[in-house]
Amino acid sequence: MELHGYGPLLLDGAWLTIRVAFASVALGLVFGLIGATAKLSNNSVARGAATAYTAIIRGIPELLLLLIVFYGGSLLVQQIWQGLGGESYVEIKPFVAGTFTLAFVFGAYATEVFRGAILSVPRGQIEAAYAMGMGRFTMFHRVMLPQVWRFALPGLGNLWLVLLKDTSLISVVNLNELMYNSRAAAGATREPFTFFVAAAIIYLGFTIVSMVVLQYSERRARRGVRQS
Amino acid sequence: MDFQLMIDSIPQLLVGMWMTVKLVALALALGICLAVPLALGRVSKNPFLWMPVYSFIFVFRGTPLLVQIFIVYYGLGQFEAVRESIVWPFFKEAYWCAIFTFTLNTSAYTAEILRGAIQAVPHGEVEAARALGMPRLLMLRRIIVPRAFRLALPAYGNEIILMLKGSALASTITLLDLTGIARVIVARTFAPYELFIMAAIMYLVLTLLIVRALKYAEWRLSPHLRPPPISDQ
Repeated sequence: MELHGYGPLLLDGAWLTIRVAFASVALGLVFGLIGATAKLSNNSVARGAATAYTAIIRGIPELLLLLIVFYGGSLLVQQIWQGLGGESYVEIKPFVAGTFTLAFVFGAYATEVFRGAILSVPRGQIEAAYAMGMGRFTMFHRVMLPQVWRFALPGLGNLWLVLLKDTSLISVVNLNELMYNSRAAAGATREPFTFFVAAAIIYLGFTIVSMVVLQYSERRARRGVRQS
Repeated sequence: MDFQLMIDSIPQLLVGMWMTVKLVALALALGICLAVPLALGRVSKNPFLWMPVYSFIFVFRGTPLLVQIFIVYYGLGQFEAVRESIVWPFFKEAYWCAIFTFTLNTSAYTAEILRGAIQAVPHGEVEAARALGMPRLLMLRRIIVPRAFRLALPAYGNEIILMLKGSALASTITLLDLTGIARVIVARTFAPYELFIMAAIMYLVLTLLIVRALKYAEWRLSPHLRPPPISDQ
């Protein structure tokens, strides 16, 4: 494949894609854990808020959410800035808007994954842990965590694969990640097919690497479980 | 928040919503027609059948929809041969490019869902059909496919919603779907909250309708799981 010297530009973009994906997944896991905790809590306000969060985020397109966060967020920041007496024009960075959007989406789906995983730990084990005199923290990290991790991993893995592909949307608000850079190269060389296929191959590579790593971690999380 | 602007934009957004509904409905209808043979090819034991099908599914599920739609809409025109062939009037139109891409994309996901469902059809039912002397095609038509459809319904419901959300990408190739219209009006009025939130509400309404319809379909397709009606005696 002849890339006319634009290969490094694509690789630059790919590196930014990786960074934005990792930033989003880190923030998204936090949202997911908060969401699951809220959904399982006895507080009806927290439960209602978490239900509304998952229902709304899962019902609107990621692209539209990104536009809301980017343009709406910029306007909000601008209004606050002007309210504080600032004069210049401010805008939130595409990286920040993209990370928050993808994290919101990841978090909404991860809420359900975590909720299911937490509920899959047999109640008797928790009681047994307390009966043995474990404290709340020891119980959580010795009994809950290893099992929640094992139950949640396949679901989280799928969400990661979805998130990886959704990073391409951030090119719409001009973040110069892989998709944006391949558009730039396509425009400059007038060979869109070549560069979009090159981008597709890189995304496919990311997917394959992720799948291998996920399979390995799932096997590792399952060690010690008797297989039928 | 300018509520007047929100209300005034409804008629225009409804036009976009109609475009979204058309895109999604057509892509889903064509996609499922393509997905059934793909799923059957995927579970086949013939490597000349399952390997190409598997690669197709893997490529479409492993790359972003945005890349796929750009390859079709911007990419294909790079080749002289395509521009001069009889399919060019078709691929020149953003609308048909979107339909084409969405159809292939959803068929790949649906085929994988159907594969899972086909493999989940209880083995005893297949054996029973064989014992009754059903030929393979009849067994597929009478036992496996209807059974698999019922088993696949919840997962397929998710795919419908994902397709609805994915259709927003049509706005990146100049189509005026719900997201596209909202973007055009925002560019003119610079009122991102009002327009995007209004569009989001419309997507939520569509999602809600789909979820409702699916609940009903699931109820219709599982009479054997319903509690028996209470008799008068």
